[in-house]
Amino acid sequence: MTTRINETFKNLKQTNSKAFVAYIMGGDPDREVSQKMLNALPSSGVDIIELGMPFTDPAADGPIIEEAGLRALEAGTTLSTIFEMACEFRRINSTTPIIIMGYCNPVHHMGYKLFAKKAKASGIDGAIIVDLPPEEDSELREAFNLNDLALIRLATPNTDKNRLSRVVSGTKGFVYYVSMTGITGASSDRINSVSEQVNRIRHASNLPVVVGFGVKTPDDAQKIAHDADGVVVGSAIVKELNEKGVEPALKLVRALAKAVHK
Amino acid sequence: MSNSDNTITPDENGRFGDFGGRYVAETLMPPILELEAAYEDAKSDPDFISELDGFLNHYVGRPSPLYYAERLTEFTKGAKIYFKRDELNHTGAHKINNCMGQILLAKRMGKTRIIAETGAGQHGVATATVAARFGLKCIVYMGATDIVRQKPNVFRMRLLGAEVRSVKSGTATLKDAMNEALRDWVTNVNDTFYCIGTVAGPHPYPAMVRDFQAVIGREAKKQILEREGRLPDALIACIGGGSNAMGLFHDFINEKSVRLIGVEAAGKGVESGLHAASLTGGSPGVLHGNRTYLLQNNDGQIIDAHSISAGLDYPGIGPEHAYLHDIGRAEYLSATDDEALHWFQECARLEGILPALEPSHAIPRTVEIAKEIGKDGIVIMNMCGRGDKDVFTIADALGEHISEGTEG
Ligand SMILES: Cc1ncc(COP(=O)(O)O)c(C=O)c1O
Repeated sequence: MTTRINETFKNLKQTNSKAFVAYIMGGDPDREVSQKMLNALPSSGVDIIELGMPFTDPAADGPIIEEAGLRALEAGTTLSTIFEMACEFRRINSTTPIIIMGYCNPVHHMGYKLFAKKAKASGIDGAIIVDLPPEEDSELREAFNLNDLALIRLATPNTDKNRLSRVVSGTKGFVYYVSMTGITGASSDRINSVSEQVNRIRHASNLPVVVGFGVKTPDDAQKIAHDADGVVVGSAIVKELNEKGVEPALKLVRALAKAVHK
Repeated sequence: MSNSDNTITPDENGRFGDFGGRYVAETLMPPILELEAAYEDAKSDPDFISELDGFLNHYVGRPSPLYYAERLTEFTKGAKIYFKRDELNHTGAHKINNCMGQILLAKRMGKTRIIAETGAGQHGVATATVAARFGLKCIVYMGATDIVRQKPNVFRMRLLGAEVRSVKSGTATLKDAMNEALRDWVTNVNDTFYCIGTVAGPHPYPAMVRDFQAVIGREAKKQILEREGRLPDALIACIGGGSNAMGLFHDFINEKSVRLIGVEAAGKGVESGLHAASLTGGSPGVLHGNRTYLLQNNDGQIIDAHSISAGLDYPGIGPEHAYLHDIGRAEYLSATDDEALHWFQECARLEGILPALEPSHAIPRTVEIAKEIGKDGIVIMNMCGRGDKDVFTIADALGEHISEGTEG
């Protein structure tokens, strides 16, 4: 539901705070651990959840998320698993938005209409499909609009003025600004100064602007939160979960949330 | 380069019917739109065309001969079999036709860094070659599995000054090399030109690569009319992504009397599941920037392709082939590893030509079609690459041991 996303930003605005968006790969390393992680995110300070849908060929992701996806697939994760995880999460939480994020082919294979229907029925609020630019997303967007789901588009440092108005005009919920021309998990040194870019997007759209890619530490997150309406952290959390387990990963999540909410 | 009229052009969204398009991350939309504009401009610029033609003549060695394979024809007892001998090009395959075009375009666009993916290594070698010729930095992504089975080409690329980056992710073959090249491009959009090696990828690549390869069919048409005074009955080519096939077919699309036949790699047999035949054994999906036929499971995950030939070991096919398949203009068959190995040897024995493992797949179907058409017929097969790069793989498959490190 787009309302869940809108409410989240409204509430944050009232307390003059920013959104902390955490990404985890659905089904990594298996359904049980991933569910445990998912369910614990809101109480660890996460305002919006990005739940990754694994794909064999994630050409916009770095090795950390690619390997997480391959682990999830190895454990038998399918799109249905992702929907089941969202359903289970909704039994304990009715306010934190879930955005599912992944690549076009599994969605295309299921069929855009059925995908939208199932996402809606599972309590999912929106999706980011990395390899579906405005030029190719009309069919999915229509299905999403019918189900009151947000199809969130990405803006990048090289999205020029003309493209930017096109990108923001079809997006709902928020605009995701990719902090660099690069892949997920890249070094934070590559993050270009975001404040100018965020202002550029705010000029083109009334939606909140959330910034992601390359953000790893509470320090990085705090800096970005200063300029944007929200910050996304993915690879750093996925890496911690893989290397150290659920508790240390949640500890990192809490530290990041604290930095963003400061 | 000159364009014949009435051929298939993709619509403004880069679609051939339901196939093609631009399924890329937002970061890549600006560069592919920039590329499209630059290509549109270049292809109608007489200076660009004459520069390209000059290099094709004097550097690549075009036109390539159209050779009457007399002993194979006698052995077959069917239609006359001609080979379009693109294996005689500089660097040993058709791949350089496309690299010549793309790298001249890169130069025109002011790009200083060339990246490419490669499977068999032929596209990598061709890219490294042309990049060296123009003094451009070149990085080639190659699956770790392919690096092992195409060693001679890896060394060749290094000799040519290219950096070969081993890709270990996923299945460590061509599709993963392409993922890695896309990741590089996303990271280095400003100075980098991605030279894709086949008629796949986001628009404008499928149409652009086809146009650069179409010289094969234009020459073949002229040559067969001179030799035989008529058009052939069938054209046959192997298909990895489909560039040598599209290059041969393009000028004949409107010659309805000419059958167009693509041969995919059936690996250990299409029924075995271990194959690379995307049209014969796949279904429509989205990968590497375009909608086309893919090898995928019930959940839309990409399935590993299998072929003895690294150049055919790809789970997709160019979108224009998907379209020609669906409208019934072209036919798509397949050949197994064993058939390719057998006909590689027959071709060596009968014609004194060592074909690459890729076109070796086209020979068994060529022979069958020649038989089917009969004595008065004419067929042309694209001999798109030479087999020097494959001698170790073939020795291995035949259970012979030859020392590595020395070649030929
Ligand atoms: C000699 C040769 N033939 C064919 C192919 C397959 O590519 P395509 O189908 O694009 O011609 C390759 C690819 O590496 C090759 O090296």
